[in-house]
Amino acid sequence: MPLIQVDTLDVTIRRRDGTPVQPVRGVSLCVDAGETLALVGESGCGKSLTCLAIAGLLPRRARAQGRVVMQDTDLLALPRRAARLRRRALIASVFQDATNALNPVRPIGWQVAEAIRLRRSVTRAEAGNEAVRLLGRVGLPEPERRAREYPHQFSGGMNQRAMIALAIAGRPHLLIADEATTALDVTIQAQILDLIADLQAELGMGMIFVTHDLGIVAQAADRAAVMYAGRIVETAPVTALFASPRHPYTRGLLQALPRVDHDGRPLSTIDGIVPPPDRMPPGCAFAPRCPRVGAGCDATIPVSQPLTEAPARSVACHRPVPLSEEV
Amino acid sequence: MSHVVLDALLPPPLLAADGVSLGYATGRRGWLRPATRFLAVDRVSLTLSRGETLGIVGESGCGKSSLARLLVGLAAPEAGEVRFEGAAMPAPDSAAWRALRTRLQMVFQDTGGALDPRLTVRTQVREPLLIHRQPDPDARCAQVLDQVRLGPHLWDRFPRELSGGQVQRVVIARALAPRPDLLVLDEPVSALDVSIQAQIVNLLHDLQRDLGLSYVFVSHDLGVVRHVAHRVAVMYLGRILEIAPKAELFARPRHPYTQALLASVPVADPARRGARVAIPGDPPSPQHPPSGCRFHPRCPLAVPRCATEAPVLRALGATDVACHRAGEPGLPSLADVLSAPRAAVAPMPAREPA
Amino acid sequence: MMLQFLATKTIRAALTMWLVITFVFIVLRISGDPTDILLPDDASDAVRNFYRAKWGLDRPLWDQYLSYWSALLTGDFGISLRNNLPAWDMVMDRAPKTLLLGGTALGFSLAIGLPLGILAAWWRGSSLDRAVMTTAVFGFSMPNFFLGILLILTFSLHLRWLPSSGSETAAHLILPAFTLGTAFAAQLARFTRSAMIDVLTKPYMTTAKSKGASEARRVFAHAVPNASVPIATILGLKVGELIGGAVVTETVFAWPGLGRLLVHAVAVRDLAVVQAILILIAATMVATNLLVDLYYGWADPRVRVGRTKGARA
Repeated sequence: MPLIQVDTLDVTIRRRDGTPVQPVRGVSLCVDAGETLALVGESGCGKSLTCLAIAGLLPRRARAQGRVVMQDTDLLALPRRAARLRRRALIASVFQDATNALNPVRPIGWQVAEAIRLRRSVTRAEAGNEAVRLLGRVGLPEPERRAREYPHQFSGGMNQRAMIALAIAGRPHLLIADEATTALDVTIQAQILDLIADLQAELGMGMIFVTHDLGIVAQAADRAAVMYAGRIVETAPVTALFASPRHPYTRGLLQALPRVDHDGRPLSTIDGIVPPPDRMPPGCAFAPRCPRVGAGCDATIPVSQPLTEAPARSVACHRPVPLSEEV
Repeated sequence: MSHVVLDALLPPPLLAADGVSLGYATGRRGWLRPATRFLAVDRVSLTLSRGETLGIVGESGCGKSSLARLLVGLAAPEAGEVRFEGAAMPAPDSAAWRALRTRLQMVFQDTGGALDPRLTVRTQVREPLLIHRQPDPDARCAQVLDQVRLGPHLWDRFPRELSGGQVQRVVIARALAPRPDLLVLDEPVSALDVSIQAQIVNLLHDLQRDLGLSYVFVSHDLGVVRHVAHRVAVMYLGRILEIAPKAELFARPRHPYTQALLASVPVADPARRGARVAIPGDPPSPQHPPSGCRFHPRCPLAVPRCATEAPVLRALGATDVACHRAGEPGLPSLADVLSAPRAAVAPMPAREPA
Repeated sequence: MMLQFLATKTIRAALTMWLVITFVFIVLRISGDPTDILLPDDASDAVRNFYRAKWGLDRPLWDQYLSYWSALLTGDFGISLRNNLPAWDMVMDRAPKTLLLGGTALGFSLAIGLPLGILAAWWRGSSLDRAVMTTAVFGFSMPNFFLGILLILTFSLHLRWLPSSGSETAAHLILPAFTLGTAFAAQLARFTRSAMIDVLTKPYMTTAKSKGASEARRVFAHAVPNASVPIATILGLKVGELIGGAVVTETVFAWPGLGRLLVHAVAVRDLAVVQAILILIAATMVATNLLVDLYYGWADPRVRVGRTKGARA
């Protein structure tokens, strides 16, 4: 049984003028304990909203429908308070902008200690000591002194370490990292990726790594789910995905990526732009930009189906890229 | 001696910086203490030939954007000199400087704020032509919008009606309109999604081929720089640590920092998992740069000399590198030093039942 | 760091006080001759000159200014031209009444404005939010004197529940304090709401939610400490308005406070008393702003501790 199973998740947002839009449509995914799933896609594809819905952090104007099952419980079906307590015990999140994700008027140590005290019945002093230990564990030098300092006194990388300490304080079963290294410089990003990998191995957490960076997907994830216009278009183990992308969008992304490891041919591009959520085409949302578009693509929305030759992979495409064509 | 003669005979490079520095004052604290100054760009020298792209890479706070402003003449260096076609860059806002604006253009990082939200695409692109009193602005405007492959149906739209990629095309068209020789591009594709970024990168490549433009391309993204640049300069805390032809830099990075930078980038190839190594530490604050080589506190190869004596750029093959140890026979690679087993850490206590 | 912060603020406050005292002194001297009003119309020039000499008005302005200061520094605010009592004693006689009225009004507006603003922000867009905001518009668009008269008509004349003038009992306090506090409470509610909404949309509020903190904890442990900084600023600025409102309210309810004394003293050009009151008001405002600055230092670590040297190391 997977650690978390998400079934046909929809997120609907009521706009200020009252009209609803649906930026996440029918997303299904699962993550095993100890496994890292990368949720990849370009801005506006719904990857962050999917995670906010799982973690129960959607803004008030947004509604999630579908099932988010952990430990035999559908989190979306629970009453609000019960859902909060259940999520508190199971899920933690790390966000992109750590410096702003920490409270500016509270000491770092206080914020980590709060996360500890919310999940375990310990005294204030015990929580404080545990916070210092956690800050040391995530690689903050002089944790005892640093625990008394504030986010504005830290660099972005140090704040992200503090944020990670705060997230693992409750020893979550599932860690959601939403573009957790995007804002960081590349040498710091490498440190944070290492830290997260260490902690995952140590705690056996399942992870959802939300990112737009295909390099991070290749380096940090076991499996990847590619999102486009609110839907998952392809799911596959990372090695297979990079070797033989089956969805034309995945292939387009990989071919458009300037690589640091070799000089490439001119980058291929995906023409056109992503359709806005209130003007989705009736059929496949990628059809208007797809080089393989054919009859039927604009008529029905393709269903995600496991591949017969590779049951661990699935693709939502009427005309998937044949296996023989490599990137 | 023959070098000097040869140099004198060659035409001057399009753009040259000679030991340029740019400092900023930081907020003063109290009346009695003077405001402290720090050098965002510290004695940088480089050249750029016609038709060439020079990539400038580095992490945030390394001074790459300040250097870009110096090179395009938007800021005056407090030491050293920037020369355009062999002549010193005139002081900002002088008449000579304004005349030079048509030849040097800058494209900024912030695509959202670069355009005036109240003006249509056509008006914005025509504006620099009117300012510089160029003949037939309408025809030129149409020509450059066509060159950046923006369809005529978009020409009378407002910036908010355009996508991020389209906005960046307009910004580039506006920079191209006065027929510049040099574009200084500061993180021009950083805010764009991969598929759109590829469109702009290809566009810049085609424009250079067709118009013979020179680019200074500032970016933190080594993949993009590898794709667009002919030569690459690596900056750290206001200094250039290494400058080399692209192929040389990526194949044989000489400076430990360049090696660290390249080793840190997550490569989009699952087969190369584990090749990534992380150097420890944060970059120091530019306000309080370390002594000697600015990279020495984080450098796994540092020796005592590195803390006291600042290395200067010296030629090593086709590369210029500012490192005391680069080229030493038998010097271990950064990866060898760093892949030593990581220090053991105390394990987390067992998880309590939820 | 903290000491230097304190010293800077104190020196700035002292400078402000010096400017205020000088300005008040000059304006009052050049705005008219007190003998015109205090002496009978038919007083002879000899009498006028006698009083001018007695009050020192015949000396040059700079001379008067210097002796005014040397007196001030010994705690002598001059003698009331009207009834020959020390001005400071007259002011101190009335000050507690005004303090009582202003303090009650301030407490009342804080007790009403802050919670309503917080609730409206948390449930923004709800009917509660709309009700609070609509009421607030009424509250601060109603002129003080009009509200006061309305309350007197309703509760004193019609219902006969509360006294309309005087200051003898606690019941006397209710109507003027309510009058004075209403507009302030309304403004405070609106400002608290917008300050809270600003804070509630910050990423750290999402972090607090992701920790599984309850709504009450998110509001009071995370949002309010951040929102309190801009709210304190506005409180500091608005205390001046509260004092201005007190002048009107005291007149409407015949409340024997500084406001009425000031109106009276200005009317009869009682220089020493006017000066003493204005200096007291200015001192109150300067002290309030000093308190606000100190509060910043206490509540906002970004003010208290700047970026440390090793911030990025």
